[in-house]
Amino acid sequence: MSIQTPLETIDAVLARNLDNPTRLIQILREIQEALGWLSPEVLAIVARGIRLPLARVKGVAGFYSFFHTQPMGRYRVLWSDNVTDRMLGSTDLMSEMCKKLWLEPGRVSEDGLASVATTSCTGMCDQGPAILVNYRAITRLNSQRVTHIVDLIRSNTPLTDWPTEFFQIDDNIRRRDILLGNSIQRGDALRSATQQSPLAILEEIKRSSLRGRGGAGFSTGLKLEACRNARGSGSNPEHYVICNADEGEPGTFKDRVLLTTQADLVFEGMTVAAYVVGARRGFLYLRGEYRYLLDSLEAVLSRRRADRLLGHNILEKDGFDFDIEIHLGAGAYICGEESALIESLEGKRGIPRIRPPFPVTHGYLNQPTSVNNVETLAAAALISVKGGDWFRTIGTAKSSGTKVLSISGDCDRPGIYEYPFGVTVAEVLADCGAELSKTQAVQISGPSGICISAEEFKRRIGFEDLPTAGAFMVFNTQRDMFEVAHNFSHFFAHESCGFCTPCRVGTTLLKNCMDKIEAGHGSEYDINEIFKINRLLQTASHCGLGHTACNPMFDTLQKFKPAYERRLKSLAFEPAFDLDETLSQARQMTGRDDAAAHLESNAEENS
Amino acid sequence: MNKKIKVATTSLAGCFGCHMSFLDIDERLLELLELIEFDRSPLTDIKICGPCDVGIIEGGVCNAENVHVLREFRKNCKILVAIGACAINGGLPAQRNQLDLRDILEEVYHTSVGLAQGSDIPNDPELPLPLNKVHPIHEVVKIDYFLPGCPPPADAIWKFLTDLIAGRTPKLGHGLLHYD
Repeated sequence: MSIQTPLETIDAVLARNLDNPTRLIQILREIQEALGWLSPEVLAIVARGIRLPLARVKGVAGFYSFFHTQPMGRYRVLWSDNVTDRMLGSTDLMSEMCKKLWLEPGRVSEDGLASVATTSCTGMCDQGPAILVNYRAITRLNSQRVTHIVDLIRSNTPLTDWPTEFFQIDDNIRRRDILLGNSIQRGDALRSATQQSPLAILEEIKRSSLRGRGGAGFSTGLKLEACRNARGSGSNPEHYVICNADEGEPGTFKDRVLLTTQADLVFEGMTVAAYVVGARRGFLYLRGEYRYLLDSLEAVLSRRRADRLLGHNILEKDGFDFDIEIHLGAGAYICGEESALIESLEGKRGIPRIRPPFPVTHGYLNQPTSVNNVETLAAAALISVKGGDWFRTIGTAKSSGTKVLSISGDCDRPGIYEYPFGVTVAEVLADCGAELSKTQAVQISGPSGICISAEEFKRRIGFEDLPTAGAFMVFNTQRDMFEVAHNFSHFFAHESCGFCTPCRVGTTLLKNCMDKIEAGHGSEYDINEIFKINRLLQTASHCGLGHTACNPMFDTLQKFKPAYERRLKSLAFEPAFDLDETLSQARQMTGRDDAAAHLESNAEENS
Repeated sequence: MNKKIKVATTSLAGCFGCHMSFLDIDERLLELLELIEFDRSPLTDIKICGPCDVGIIEGGVCNAENVHVLREFRKNCKILVAIGACAINGGLPAQRNQLDLRDILEEVYHTSVGLAQGSDIPNDPELPLPLNKVHPIHEVVKIDYFLPGCPPPADAIWKFLTDLIAGRTPKLGHGLLHYD
């Protein structure tokens, strides 16, 4: 390989992306992978190349956590900062690493060698503590591994020469059901679909009562139907299918495993969806943390093209053209929201759009677009083979099929568990080896979901009771539930996209309240503030991030209030009556007026 | 309720700009004086605040004296209002929060050019000690209402006070609520 100058590298990246401004995120990522960071000069060249204002390009580069407009060192170490990583000791290990590298967290070493910082959950909760080194995932950190990594960094060893076991990522599938245990051959779902009309397949999916697996649970059949019926607009009307693999909710890692073990089924589901809505192009939006999956997924796509399962006239069916592109995110939780994801796909900052109109009518490039979760699309492929009636027999009345849970935290066997809907939390806890009597809480569906306490372990996973995108974090009785909520408050403050004031300011106010209580300076006043900010976020913020940002505080304040109270400095309270006045008759009768014959009306006033 | 409402005002680490804006309610001040009576305030020259209904604080907390005054107000006022950017966020004086106070004192009294021979950091007990950082007032005492702006326009102050005096929860509508 000849050595390219930076300019040649940029030109090559721009050429590969056809100078297409909608590919800006991919362009910046590829350039950064080659050059290490995005200097002002680089951004100027990119802006000229794709004919966008420099401010737009700078705005995008500044928005995503994984883009750097300042040099970050040859080794960029990011510690996953989910509460499950912390429970496995990530905080101490990170300070150990910093100490050994003579580094302050967040700062680049003076010789430009390395930087160490934290990042939001990287989706390795079942094998943490986890880090990203130059955006490659390393799991199961311990003191020994930290020492080894520090040596490798100090000796300037290229990442490609690091021990391969560092980069080993386990699937940890512990329970399989219809999805993870399927015996479908590659192409089966598509053959079954193309033998029927798109409308017939749509009917099957509607009959299956399949609902979205990303958490919200909207009917997949209705979504596909709405998208199919919507007309494209402009000179180049199109329909699009997008697979949302921006699995950012802390504690969720089931899409990672689905894309590792069932990539064909997922792509097949996308192709079936494309057949239904009449799309010719689809996108897989893969979170930047899963960069390591890119090559294997591209290989799966190539094989599918070779087998005529993608491309022109798929399975010899005239006019059935469809292909899939993979777009990588760059470290923004908000891009899991479908309209923010579409903005990101269009090469913009990931800011949620005003809805309606919904993506099914005005999505990617303002054309009808169906955005579905990875697991939903895999289930759609299953339904295409086995039929909607079969699918409906599994699960409960309003939640058909199965749910893949990603379990982490205090249990013996963290990993991936697939259950028919309707399973109780207690059954899941028993299976993953979490002793009921020693478990105090489970965070279902991540920080934006719900925290349930031991009395609620009989509740069931399903849209009727506990809807979930998959995260299932277990906390034993030794854990401090305030610390859990405190960690989540920092997560939301970091991930707020900054577009609307209630969320941008509100999430930081929440974080400040939690920091104040953590430091032992809190009072009942701060608890009230949390409830006030919750109401504000619920009513005034632009999207779901703001609406749910206070959930962890709200739930733990309801269910684990003593964890807060023991940190409060004062529990200010005013007596309901004048205490001194209640001694007046006795004073009168005894004739006393000494100090002991009086009561302060408010004991705190003197403090 | 015929009793006049007692109001106290003061400026901590502020520029008195909010007070000037208050004066900009112009002739409405006479109307206001029918309803209120000033306690400690630059308008009365009363030095110590007595029991009041409303206290209005401009400026953030930058030194020990500010803390004492703020506490005196909190103790005496049923309703305490933070007025202006400095009281709410620290404002301009908080620009020094980027720097270490020790470096600032060193620079100002020792190393900067043009200082008299033998200049030293003043240590007269008459002078209140500066705090390590400038804080917004709600980090020190409980604040009941926030009136933003730099300064808030006279109309906002008027609307705010008349609401408060009438017993309505103050609401600043469009055009009155702004942060610059």
